[in-house]
Amino acid sequence: MDFVNQLQRKFIDYSSSLHREGIVDDQFTQLRKLEDENSPHFVMEVASLFFEDCEKLINNMAIALEQKQGVDFKQIEECIHQLKGSSSSIGAMRVKNACIAFRSFSGAQNREGCLRCLQQLSHEYSLLKNKLQTLFRVSVASRCLYVCLVIFCRGNEHAEPFPDVLVFQLEKQIVAAGGSIPRVH
Amino acid sequence: VVIYAAGSGDVSDLTAPSSIDLRSVSLLDSDHSLAQVSLFDSVVSEMARNGGVAWMRTTEKIGGYDLSTSDTEEVHVLAVDDSLVDRKVIERLLRISSCKVTAVDSGRRALQYLGLDEEIQKKETNGFDGLKVDLIITDYCMPGMTGYELLKKVKESSAFREIPVVIMSSENVIARIDRCLEEGAEDFIVKPVKLSDVKRIIDYTTTELREGEQREGARAKRRGINKRKQREGDDDLSSSPPSTLSSSTSSSPSSSIQSATAPSSPSTLDSPTRRLKMTSSE
Repeated sequence: MDFVNQLQRKFIDYSSSLHREGIVDDQFTQLRKLEDENSPHFVMEVASLFFEDCEKLINNMAIALEQKQGVDFKQIEECIHQLKGSSSSIGAMRVKNACIAFRSFSGAQNREGCLRCLQQLSHEYSLLKNKLQTLFRVSVASRCLYVCLVIFCRGNEHAEPFPDVLVFQLEKQIVAAGGSIPRVH
Repeated sequence: VVIYAAGSGDVSDLTAPSSIDLRSVSLLDSDHSLAQVSLFDSVVSEMARNGGVAWMRTTEKIGGYDLSTSDTEEVHVLAVDDSLVDRKVIERLLRISSCKVTAVDSGRRALQYLGLDEEIQKKETNGFDGLKVDLIITDYCMPGMTGYELLKKVKESSAFREIPVVIMSSENVIARIDRCLEEGAEDFIVKPVKLSDVKRIIDYTTTELREGEQREGARAKRRGINKRKQREGDDDLSSSPPSTLSSSTSSSPSSSIQSATAPSSPSTLDSPTRRLKMTSSE
């Protein structure tokens, strides 16, 4: 079971780093607390919806800023407003802050400024998506591993503690299945 | 987790839907009322996944009880928000607070939903609740009809003006808050919405409903109508969970205050929200 503890430790450390870096804020923590046995993937589900939303809005804004005949800043403000709202609801702090900065440039109808902001926003979004997907993979992997261990131990009630060799095999299988076990520095 | 159907007695009967009142599923480990509600949701969603949805829609009455009816113990909330992310979050917050939730994406749809509700209520001459809404939670900024406009429409209608309306907004603007409160909003939540916000609102709503029920009960007693006697003579498939659930004595659980013959569980039953309140105050 020590390996599972290690994995869970890594999960906790990784999750803390997201907070430290400002990628997510307290609202994200609040959402994690809403998960239970009946809704174990709630945060992952909301995050997926958010990613779709985000990509669509960023795309719309990029198109709007490209219009030669004139940029529709009202539309851009509308997109920013939506994105700010949903990023706030999920606890995506840096994305939310990027929206706030963006808003002032679109309010000033500054096309160049808006383009820079959009780039910044895209960057923050990519960062968030990568980090959250890693977090979810570790979370799912450690749960799978835990379940495997439980099943194995239940089947061998009088057996020795789980041998390391099998642990490493399981780890390889998780990675092969597309999961990852992050190495925390 | 063990599921048993109270009232049917015969476990082999579980295959016959008409002999199960799903609202009386109970857990042997009954520490949390939350779990009871979640289990119900799980069973329902499992049935939906296995193609049970069509069945539920065409035969919504099971054992005489409309499954889509708001459980008289649960607060039924109509949540209105154009953002899918926010809808999902508010839905979860409300479910975890033991509420039944209907989430719609616009003020227009909210009014349609309520309008539909009115028609059903007119048809239900035996006093059975239709899809009665106990509380409306709405976003302020929405395309088309804003939350403020929805609030006004609800307060202008004689049928629905009693329903408390809570406004949510990402902008903490005093003028906006004042305007909403003046128009009759119950409360104003600044987004992002947290569980503590929702619990506060639900506690308040539950208290209001229970006080309304007590007033109604007192009135009924004065009229000489003993509602409980009437209910005990009713259908065997009552909606009360078995007494293994720990409950302190309480007044009647929150339920409809509109119809005098609304079926409601006997007084030994604690509403889930009440249990939640008591747990959180322990």
